[in-house]
Amino acid sequence: MTPSPGVSAVRHVEFHGSAEAALSVVRDSDTILVGGFGMAGMPVTLIDGLIDAGPRDLTIVSNNAGNGEAGLAALLKAGRVRKVVCSFPRQHDSYVFDELYRSGQVELELVPQGTLAERMRAAGAGIGGFFTPTGFGTLLAEGKETRTIDGRGYVLELPIRADVALIAAHRADRVGNLVYRKTARNFGPVMAAAASTTIVEVASVVETGALDPENIVTPGIYVDHVLDRSASTKKNRA
Amino acid sequence: MSTAASRLTKDQLAARIAADIPRGSYVNLGIGQPTLVADHLDLDSGVVLHTENGMLGMGRAATGDEIDPDLTNAGKVPVIETPGCSYFHHADSFAMMRGGHLDVCVLGAFQVSETGDLANWHTGAPDSIPAVGGAMDLAVGAKEVLVMMTLFGKDGRSKLVPELTYPATGLACVSRVYTDHGVFEVRSDGLLVIETFGCTVAGLMNSTGLALRDGPRWQSEHAQVVSHSGADRATPRAVSPSATPGRG
Repeated sequence: MTPSPGVSAVRHVEFHGSAEAALSVVRDSDTILVGGFGMAGMPVTLIDGLIDAGPRDLTIVSNNAGNGEAGLAALLKAGRVRKVVCSFPRQHDSYVFDELYRSGQVELELVPQGTLAERMRAAGAGIGGFFTPTGFGTLLAEGKETRTIDGRGYVLELPIRADVALIAAHRADRVGNLVYRKTARNFGPVMAAAASTTIVEVASVVETGALDPENIVTPGIYVDHVLDRSASTKKNRA
Repeated sequence: MSTAASRLTKDQLAARIAADIPRGSYVNLGIGQPTLVADHLDLDSGVVLHTENGMLGMGRAATGDEIDPDLTNAGKVPVIETPGCSYFHHADSFAMMRGGHLDVCVLGAFQVSETGDLANWHTGAPDSIPAVGGAMDLAVGAKEVLVMMTLFGKDGRSKLVPELTYPATGLACVSRVYTDHGVFEVRSDGLLVIETFGCTVAGLMNSTGLALRDGPRWQSEHAQVVSHSGADRATPRAVSPSATPGRG
């Protein structure tokens, strides 16, 4: 069928062999969702690529705020991050974040972990906000609208929409369907739906039809760019 | 009320808590001390461990070749699968918690108030970096919130208090407090001492400054914490009928 004049082609998933090419959409001041819980599901190659790509003044939404010197910690250390939205910044090896936070060089928005996940889910699902019992009566609900529903206190939480999501999955097929491995799935499916552009790094890409449709976790509609780690130059992931 | 000759070690306390977890429960163990409870759960009891990073049926810590960086617990420690385990994403995992589907969670605490308010995420000190993780979701979500802590802090002050002085994690959410000196049940009419370890109720009232009531340690060896009334459950499970007095 020939499209009517003015109707552009349907967007397809783009496959890349390098992080640099996969990350070309990222701009200064973007809000970026970064998958992973600790190192499980952390898109390490994409984060390294983001450091090389050089955008600044970023808002990073992730469960943690970096460990040791790699990944998010390296991005923070490079001075690219203005604000971190996360649930659990303080860890035994989160010294890069700790120092930046204490010296006022990075802003922190602390969000309970389930609320963080649900705020992103809401964004991806077109929900304008939701009332949750989590955090009611605590410091983290200060300044927020509350409501009593069936005798229980709830806090209004708003969606977290982002410009870009960087996630890791196990395999992608050629239409961007994704499967994950074990607890590395964590924030991946939620973040994939919550960003304008979703960039995924995968261990391998398989032909369309090779993934069992019953087992696909993230349908390709949420995926824009795929970095095939098996095709990219192997980077030192240490 | 029953008594033991001396205060409990961390491991003994973990075993004591494990003994109160009914067969077949879905359980979340908080990071830190509560993870010790897993070592004392009978693997044949049908207890299913939930880990907030997206798994039901979590097994023990992985060793050697079992270690897989894609499979960790909430403390980021590598673990193994158990038969029948399942994986899900974070929003589902927390829906499971917030939605009241977990029977029991065991959390550590800085303080618990006599009305069951919990403080375990932030000391409020000006130079401290707050980190909340899943604590607030568990506090409001699990059917029974059990606290595992030492009764006294390093400064010798009671961590069971009339009112929290640390920032709250959740209000009126704690069912029971298991400490090295005794077990306390939070009731709407105050704290009930279920068990003491190397002390008396009078002694505990003196050292905590709280009004405490001497409660019966009702039942046989395994007090049932979770009340499986069945009314709010889609599928009845193989849990013995509860004889536990209701909370509050």
